[in-house]
Amino acid sequence: MSTVLEALNSALLTALESDPRVYVLGEDILDPYGGAFKVTRGLSTRFPGRVLTTPISEAAIVGAAAGMALRGLRPVAEIMFGDFVTLIADQVVNHAAKFRWMYNENVRVPLVVRAPMGGRRGYGPTHSQSLEKMFLGVPGLKVLAPSALGDPGALLLAAIADDDPVLFVEHKLLYTRPLLQAGQGDLADFTLESGGELFPYFVLRPPYPPRLTIATYGYNFELARAAALELMMEHEIFAEMVVFSQLSPFDLTPLFDSLARTLRPGSGQAHRLLTVEEGTLTLGWGAEVAARAAEAVSGLRVRRVAARDLPIANARPLEDAILPQAQDIVAAALSLV
Amino acid sequence: MTDNFALYRVMLLIRRFEERLLAEFSTGKLVGTTHTYIGQEADAAGIFSAASPEDVVFSNHRCHGHFLAYGALSPEGSDPYRLAAELMGKATGLVGGRGGSQHIQWRNFYSNGIQGGIVPVATGMALAEKEKQTGSIVLVFIGDGTLGEGALYESLNLAALWRLPLLVVLENNRYAQTTPVELAVAGSMSGRFAAFGLPVWERETSDVLEVRALAGEAIAHVRSGAGPAALILHTYRFMAHSKGDDPRPPEELARIRQFDPLTIHAARLSPAELDAAEAEVSALLADAFSRAESDPFPVLGNQVNR
Repeated sequence: MSTVLEALNSALLTALESDPRVYVLGEDILDPYGGAFKVTRGLSTRFPGRVLTTPISEAAIVGAAAGMALRGLRPVAEIMFGDFVTLIADQVVNHAAKFRWMYNENVRVPLVVRAPMGGRRGYGPTHSQSLEKMFLGVPGLKVLAPSALGDPGALLLAAIADDDPVLFVEHKLLYTRPLLQAGQGDLADFTLESGGELFPYFVLRPPYPPRLTIATYGYNFELARAAALELMMEHEIFAEMVVFSQLSPFDLTPLFDSLARTLRPGSGQAHRLLTVEEGTLTLGWGAEVAARAAEAVSGLRVRRVAARDLPIANARPLEDAILPQAQDIVAAALSLV
Repeated sequence: MTDNFALYRVMLLIRRFEERLLAEFSTGKLVGTTHTYIGQEADAAGIFSAASPEDVVFSNHRCHGHFLAYGALSPEGSDPYRLAAELMGKATGLVGGRGGSQHIQWRNFYSNGIQGGIVPVATGMALAEKEKQTGSIVLVFIGDGTLGEGALYESLNLAALWRLPLLVVLENNRYAQTTPVELAVAGSMSGRFAAFGLPVWERETSDVLEVRALAGEAIAHVRSGAGPAALILHTYRFMAHSKGDDPRPPEELARIRQFDPLTIHAARLSPAELDAAEAEVSALLADAFSRAESDPFPVLGNQVNR
């Protein structure tokens, strides 16, 4: 069974094979090591001239990628730990994401920055964060996150084919996860729908009318799914799940459609939305989703499940208490319905 | 047209363009701010007379002089009209009024007003030109103030490791906004490049012929495929950093005028040539500013958060 890691690795190989403009650059990505999380394994052996190992210089890596993109190449840069996106912020915000608009559409900046995010591996405060929320809403930048649904490799290829800069957020725990198949395993009880032009979203519809919609992305869909199964089995509460791969710019139409289904006609009850993310709660992805949903759907009740507004601790019990767990999702759902 | 005349004409165009800008602020035709190149004209004129039209340029906040001198390389010549329109925020500006003074793009010319951040981008451009085997080099312009930015050193390291066709032009005008170089730059300027193995061409001069000769050597080195190099030009900025921020004493401002690159180079031209240059530039700028002034402002379309 293929994993998310294999899908991403194979997509990078495909990109290098099919387009001589594609370059991959980052720290420690050469074989035999093949990258800190092995997403780039095998690439440098096959394409030694277009897989470039770099010094520990995140700003220069992403800045160089922007320059390469301006001059006709299609670079894919790896940031070893997503926590280090703070070091690339100027290059992303004031350079790569600005150029196309600032230069009046004279140029395109087709670059992808891959960043392994997320905790739950005991890496402590500066190697476990989910910092993508800091880049949501940056004009000119797309933020994407694969999950175990659909084809993460196809999502990465779509990011590489895109003419705009993309921050591609990979949760570390996703790498070893098998790709999910509709109608099988955990998904057996749900009808899987997908849509979206370039970067798909997924809707998992329960067998009975839903009482709430859970919106999430990336690895945290694994937790949301476990929670939804528990809500169904233990509490007979059916949740519909909407899983996004495009985080920014926000396009929440499938969520609004789902929320419309969470209301029994004539019940006089509220629509119910539960957002789940691993970044810190305050000013997070869920906050923006909730605000937009409240503007689009009248009579909305919302709960957000996210990390506590604390640095992530190294000790397991502390990390578990700080990051959202499936039980937190269940509890939030029960408080909502 | 002699070479000397052409060099003078470019410098005069920059000088008169910048003077006109400063004057236009008081008329309300310009908004925001600007960073004029007055006093440093020999740098741009000399460097671009030694460059190729296909070379790639990344300039900074003080980019008007670079742009006008780069334009002089093209068959149709410098385009002060579209630069003026950009500064007035007009739809016909170089980037439709979106960028303004510090953020312009035309052909292989780019500028951005972020100190230091442009150098990684220029490094990546140099990698692209090398990989595409275009024969073009990349010139990136920094100032003494940029030496405080860490991204510069990450880029020098990468450019040297990858032997990229990158020429870093450091124009030391001795002040970062209002901070004198003595308060901002420790150690050696050239040593910063030498530490990464970049050969350095360095001169204290406001003579465009000296700049051209020096730039020619540095550009030839980079174009030969031998890797990146640095060109350090110690120069003088006659006016404020932008508009009203110049605490330098009047005696200093008067003293540095002796290094006026136009005066130095004018000695090589006949009175008739000087008159001809003045007349030509004056006509060009009168046309540029009047056309730009009558052009429409841009309208925001529906491309928000594309």
